[in-house]
Amino acid sequence: MEAVELLERLSTEWGISGYENRVAAFWEKTITTVVDEVRRDRLGNAIALKKGAGEEPRPKVMVAAHLDEIGLMVTKVDKGGFLRFTTVGGFDPRVLLAKEVTVLGKKPLPGVIGAKPPHLLSAGERKEVVKVEKMFIDIGYGETRARELVSVGDPVVLKRRFERLQGKTVAGGPFDDRAGLVVLYETARELERVRHEADVYFVGTVQEEVGVRGSVVSTYGIEPDIGIAVDVGFGDMPGTSEEDTIELGKGPAVALGPNIHPNLHRDLVEVAKSRHIPYQLEIAPGPTGTDARAIQISRTGIATALVSIPLRYMHTTVETLVTSDLVNTAYLLASFIGQVDKKYLEGLKWS
Amino acid sequence: MVLKGLSEAAGVAGDEKDVRNLILDRICDLARTEIDALGNLIAFKGKGTGKPRVMLAAHMDEVGLILSRVERNGLLRFKKVGGIDDRILPSQPVRVGPGKVPGVIGAGPVHLQKPEAQRAVFKTEDLYVDIGARTREEAEQVIKLGDYISFVTAYQEFGDGLARGKAFDDRVGCTALMEILEKDYDFPVYAVFTVQEEVGLRGAGTAAFRINPDLALVVEATTCADTPETEEHGEATRLGQGPAVSLMDATSIADRRIVRHLVELADKNGIPIQYRRATAGGNDSGRIHLTRTGVPTASLSVPCRYLHSPVCVISLRDLEYTIQLLGLFLDSIQKGGFRL
Repeated sequence: MEAVELLERLSTEWGISGYENRVAAFWEKTITTVVDEVRRDRLGNAIALKKGAGEEPRPKVMVAAHLDEIGLMVTKVDKGGFLRFTTVGGFDPRVLLAKEVTVLGKKPLPGVIGAKPPHLLSAGERKEVVKVEKMFIDIGYGETRARELVSVGDPVVLKRRFERLQGKTVAGGPFDDRAGLVVLYETARELERVRHEADVYFVGTVQEEVGVRGSVVSTYGIEPDIGIAVDVGFGDMPGTSEEDTIELGKGPAVALGPNIHPNLHRDLVEVAKSRHIPYQLEIAPGPTGTDARAIQISRTGIATALVSIPLRYMHTTVETLVTSDLVNTAYLLASFIGQVDKKYLEGLKWS
Repeated sequence: MVLKGLSEAAGVAGDEKDVRNLILDRICDLARTEIDALGNLIAFKGKGTGKPRVMLAAHMDEVGLILSRVERNGLLRFKKVGGIDDRILPSQPVRVGPGKVPGVIGAGPVHLQKPEAQRAVFKTEDLYVDIGARTREEAEQVIKLGDYISFVTAYQEFGDGLARGKAFDDRVGCTALMEILEKDYDFPVYAVFTVQEEVGLRGAGTAAFRINPDLALVVEATTCADTPETEEHGEATRLGQGPAVSLMDATSIADRRIVRHLVELADKNGIPIQYRRATAGGNDSGRIHLTRTGVPTASLSVPCRYLHSPVCVISLRDLEYTIQLLGLFLDSIQKGGFRL
């Protein structure tokens, strides 16, 4: 499967934080063809191991991308059968109005997010952002039937359209972080052709969007020598500063800052340069909002890196990226992993 | 399903061609048709000399956007065509121009927004369409200034006999008129699929002038706010309780004789009907009733939640009842059961 097809397919698999089973199962089914074993840990992280060619004990590299997406959860079946909801993960409430959703009740239920209509708003109200508490989901059933079909706590996913835009640009989502899962698969596929000493653990983590939780336990379980998080980074767009963003189509962004082991950053850049892989830099002044945050402080500490895929309109229903960035990210990771051996790990020690 | 095709077709005011062609394809064997200078599609049925001359009107156009500037970075600025709530624009997929070029209206990542910025509603002038082009030149290979931009929503039936989709205002009316043309009448019936209703009821007047009807009935989709956060007196209509007949809105006062007759017909035949309990807004009646020396006009509407948004919701039963009542209305004229 080509990267863009896999991205489209993964985007249609529901998986809000805490309910990642569906997307995990599909991702496992895909990656199992290019790894040696696949297992699920007790929190639901999907762990795919691709064994290295080195002598045991082999270096262990963990590459993580998160399975979960932001979504909604039913808090009340209200009068008339309308559903009240809360957010799971960080939403700008302004992008929720007039969106199609699927409520995962007794069966998947199509719905629409509504609010007080504009013609009934006062001039003052029209300038105000509608709070999530004032919105509702319309599933088109009266109260009795709605109560039969929906329970408080049912997850709700936002519907997206996978759109092929100009060139290699695609829109829809959730590409945060299904794009990372594609990169993990592509990296494993690339490693079929690259001799690597290290055992590589490709981990689809759970519950990243609610506080990087899956990576806490999966890193502990794997106890890697090197941890690399693959996530999306803020793409350039009007209204944001160039300082805070990375450019679409210009390759993966290799992060640097306290969350990142300086040698890993340096060597990822070196590999990009020597292999002529386009890359860019992303400055992270503190713990990043990615799995790298948790990986770094697991057990006695893990040498950690973060590679970011440029993404516009993050956490909306029209997340936009350029697919060549996925392929380049995978190529960079495979090339880097290919050179990790015991001696390389020695070099990571502080002196 | 006629409505699915009509709903999914793009037809922003001034760019109704796709919708018109869809309708024309279906009705060209059923009625004599012509397209006037503005683009109104007029279908004639019945005998030309009989009385009364009846005009039925439904508008083909929908609210949307028009491309007003191509930025150097390939992003497209736009203006609104018709009444769209700015607040529903961010995070929407769209189609641009005759090539139906896919694009998205993005919104900045929540992570980079300052709290005070998050308290402000997005304004149209700050938004743009991203078609994935990186430069103006790349963009201009597939789009051009003045291209119409429409929402794109897949029609879907759901819930208790409901449907969600775009542009039900007024593709439901178009659907109803197409049904009416399946039957024959011995008096002149003009079914008019009008243009540019959403930008000021522009098409209906010229069509009415040409037809010079004795009475007119507008078939519309109208606001329905029977939803949380709205007081009962503000709901205007209720979904699933049948077609809504208007008494008065911002552009016309309905002809009471037609209104009374519609209500009587509905009651007699066990069709639910409701009054539109709001006076704001307007529709093609506003133009039609003031044409020439005046035309007795009324409106019959399918209640529609989330009107003018990319996801409207209607009850298919309401649409079915609207079609039935419209049929009964014409039948009763035929039988001489209604005179002005």
